[in-house]
Amino acid sequence: MADKTTLKYTPEHEWLDIDGNVATVGITAYAAEKLGDVVFVELPDVNEAVTAGSVIGEIESTKSVGELFAPVDGTVTENNPAVVDEPSLVNSDPFGEGWLIKVQFDAAPDGLLSWDEYSALVGE
Amino acid sequence: MSDPEPERTSPLHAVHSGLGASFTDFAGWQMPVRYTSDLAEHAAVRTAAGIFDLSHMAEILVYGRDAGVFLDTAMAGMLSTIDLMQAKYSLLLTESGGILDDVVVYRLGDTTFLVVANAGNRDAAAAALSERAAGFEVTVDDQSDDYALIAVQGPNSRAILEQTAGITELGLPLDELTYYRATDAFFEGVPLLVARTGYTGEDGFELYLRTTAAVPLWHALESAGAQHGLVPAGLASRDTLRLEAGMPLYGHELDTGTQPAQAGLGRVVSLSKDTDFIGRSAVEAGPAENARVLVGLVSEGRRAGRAGYPVVSGETVIGAVTSGALSPTLGHPIMMAYVEPSHAEPGTALVVDVRGTPIPATVTPLPFYRRKK
Repeated sequence: MADKTTLKYTPEHEWLDIDGNVATVGITAYAAEKLGDVVFVELPDVNEAVTAGSVIGEIESTKSVGELFAPVDGTVTENNPAVVDEPSLVNSDPFGEGWLIKVQFDAAPDGLLSWDEYSALVGE
Repeated sequence: MSDPEPERTSPLHAVHSGLGASFTDFAGWQMPVRYTSDLAEHAAVRTAAGIFDLSHMAEILVYGRDAGVFLDTAMAGMLSTIDLMQAKYSLLLTESGGILDDVVVYRLGDTTFLVVANAGNRDAAAAALSERAAGFEVTVDDQSDDYALIAVQGPNSRAILEQTAGITELGLPLDELTYYRATDAFFEGVPLLVARTGYTGEDGFELYLRTTAAVPLWHALESAGAQHGLVPAGLASRDTLRLEAGMPLYGHELDTGTQPAQAGLGRVVSLSKDTDFIGRSAVEAGPAENARVLVGLVSEGRRAGRAGYPVVSGETVIGAVTSGALSPTLGHPIMMAYVEPSHAEPGTALVVDVRGTPIPATVTPLPFYRRKK
């Protein structure tokens, strides 16, 4: 599991683990808990170009449907097949095995939140 | 929902917080949506038992010399003739035959009835009953604030209740209490109504008592349930359980624009009674010939259509989903939808538009799930 305090966050409850020009992206434990038991995950294909803020996938629970937003302009380099086969990984390990995609970007995104800022946002 | 009132909380709120519940707004109430996992809570009710706090539901007492005939006039069903301690599912209709609320009515005495209404319709139901009471010797007394409701649902429910400390003076042994019957009892000296009713498709009980005794009753049930696999269950699991059981939810399958026949509830309307009940002429005239009717839909894969998603035949939208989920018990998507009557026959192949993706679906009889007796 990644160290939550060193990750970056978006107001859409996604986390980014940035290594060079590649970001690993998932949803936060807070978001996973709000969704409830995740039963279906749809992710963008590898090599798909994505635009920051656009909807690129879905995370569906028994109760509701959550959208996956691209956190940055770039190209998908990997998607996590384990989470498609076993969507409950999003609940059981949102910051680890429940990661969703890796995106290669040219310019680092602006406006990301620190752990403290994100925690303040969700009031926890 | 724009509710200017602050959110209300159940008398069991602190218990839920202590159990780590996540809360959701439901009809202006802050109620547990889940404690740990929707799916685990759902499975527990199907295989063992779950305990639900339903204290948001509305309890309206109707009593007085004319109570029976009053209810026959105010509601679609025949209620004056039900037995003492019998429960009956009924409907409050509008003059135009739409569904104002779906309720369960208990006969507590010769001239005393308890009407249990949906939390979101509490005011509408109480107001309609009060209005309709004009000219009858009857009192409509909304006691919702004073009542808690705890449900124990699942195959182990009876064993749990039989072993719950503090439940005494049961009017009827629970093995003799049949479906949709109730009996009086006491819990630690406080009057308790034990009803064999529910909204999950399983055997189970609903327990009504004063709010002041709700916490000790919850703890006593939990203690007795520990060895029977009882788990606290939230509204998320309640929704998937009732959906599998093909039970309508007000605001999804039922509303004032829908007549009982469209919702498959024609049997609840007593056209054989002599009473000119509210909505009778409209229901006798029936909905428009092409009015959409409620059907079940099943599909493959894991993606369910949700409330509001279009149902399509060929290129034409012929209906809309009202409730849908991946069925935890069956493992495939199940939906309830209103479709044009020409597409309502079981076996009809339709398509649900799931956020732009067409998902083939087949009309199927309700319920989706029926417990083994």
